[in-house]
Amino acid sequence: MKKPSLITEIVVHAILILMALATIIPFVWMISTSFKAPDEIYVFPPRWIPQHPTVNNYKNLFLSTNFGRPFLNTVIVALSITFLSVVLSSMAGYAFAKFRFKGKDNLFFFLLATMMVPGQMTMIPIFLMLKQFGMLNTYAGLILPGVASVFNIFLMRQFIGSIPDELIEAAKMDGANEAFIFFRIILPLTTPALTTITIFTFTGSWNAFLWPLIIAQSEDMYTLPVAVSVLAGQYGENLGMQMAGSTIVIIPVLIMFLFLQRYFIEGIAFTGLKG
Amino acid sequence: MKANWISVLTFIGPSVVLLMIFLVAPIFISLFMSFTNFNVYAMTDWSRAKFVGFDNFVELFQDELFWKALWNTFYCLIIALPVTVGLALLGAVLLNRETTKFKAFFKTSFFLPFVTNTVAISIVWTWIFNPNYGLLNWFLGLFGIEGPNWLGDPKWAMPSIIILVVWKAVGYNAILFLAGLQNIPSYLYEAAELDGASSVQKFLHITLPMLRPTTVFANTMMIIGYLQLFEEPYMLTGGGPLNSTLSVVLYLYRQGFKFFRLGYASSIAVILFLLIVLLTLVRLRLSKEE
Repeated sequence: MKKPSLITEIVVHAILILMALATIIPFVWMISTSFKAPDEIYVFPPRWIPQHPTVNNYKNLFLSTNFGRPFLNTVIVALSITFLSVVLSSMAGYAFAKFRFKGKDNLFFFLLATMMVPGQMTMIPIFLMLKQFGMLNTYAGLILPGVASVFNIFLMRQFIGSIPDELIEAAKMDGANEAFIFFRIILPLTTPALTTITIFTFTGSWNAFLWPLIIAQSEDMYTLPVAVSVLAGQYGENLGMQMAGSTIVIIPVLIMFLFLQRYFIEGIAFTGLKG
Repeated sequence: MKANWISVLTFIGPSVVLLMIFLVAPIFISLFMSFTNFNVYAMTDWSRAKFVGFDNFVELFQDELFWKALWNTFYCLIIALPVTVGLALLGAVLLNRETTKFKAFFKTSFFLPFVTNTVAISIVWTWIFNPNYGLLNWFLGLFGIEGPNWLGDPKWAMPSIIILVVWKAVGYNAILFLAGLQNIPSYLYEAAELDGASSVQKFLHITLPMLRPTTVFANTMMIIGYLQLFEEPYMLTGGGPLNSTLSVVLYLYRQGFKFFRLGYASSIAVILFLLIVLLTLVRLRLSKEE
């Protein structure tokens, strides 16, 4: 291949740098503003690094609005959904990939077809159902509807499908039961897929908004996205506090992403190529 | 292998039961509810809801706000989809070049918005769009351009929302396209080079056709996602000014959970579902014809 000219290289990198700046600047500005005192927030040109950094915005957030509670709620809800979903989806994915039983293909295609149904369509009946069972404004109401995921089952089925049957047959010959095969043979071989659905499910349930907005009716059941949206309404003029709130919602997932980005990217590439 | 029923039930039972309760049954209940006048009075006593035939749909087709919401949602889709694809493709092609430096850094930064909470980053963008103190107008000011009152002007409110929507979606799609590009066998390019093809020719005659499955997948995901536009207008504008950013889902939320007209809201949900199915099928049909 012939070498691209210097000008090409400069143009290419300039475009990439511009795109990267456009993505990164909102984050930099959010974090920097969250450490600013009110008098420094409206200074122009904007100061990217506060001259007199302060943690008052964070202090106010936790003392005057009790931001700790929604943080705890979000951790509980996101971890529960993720744990239950990963366990149940990998079990179902294994059965759909390796078991032979009547109606399996029909059931699986039916479930796949439901992936086209927007969440807003099921939201109203689930809301009424939970209301009837007194589960509005409870952890169960926040968690249960998010556990079963056709997408996760599909991904696990595709991945487990590539494990050779002979491995399972051999274990059967040695007298292993289904539980042993699943936990000791299948799961260890599916670590990449498990990691992918774990981080996708966690990110999704951490960021979920519309459902918690409907289901959480008192402040003590708010999740972080709901709490931060209420904050924007109540403290409309307190920019520093809003940015501190946004930072707290965004940063945990961002840090997780930085450590596990290989799995995010492989997961997306996988769904794109198999889709 | 043939499985016995006990292990089948143990392995798929929990998922299937949950999916029946929280996915399949609600789909049919929602369909049924769209033919009832289920409202705030029926909330306490379901028997007060009456079957009203197609009344909700008739009302919906005469509801100016619904048409407005539908128009706004399509406006977002029609602009945001090609812009997202264009930018994502540009990013992916540049990242796929052999001589591009700092690939890991660019990839990571492009991807950040995708894992970012929409509600929280919308609050940040509300201030970026602020006409007096916002970064965007300050930046435009550096070039002597006086920026508009982004979120306050009915003409500019939807474009502002589209900017945020695209900003959030480009990275994810760039990663999809990059995976698609890396899947194209390099001998195709080598053969084309032997025939003296230019970069542009290679892009048009090899890259684009070979990327088609990825493009179809990305388009489908975007159609489904953009038609469900909600969080950005909810946070940035609340649907205003003058309903210029009212989206279908925002209208559904308002009717359902502000006015508790759950029957009417269900009919909006049914229309949304039909639109998603219709557009997805149209997109797939187009790709077959190409």
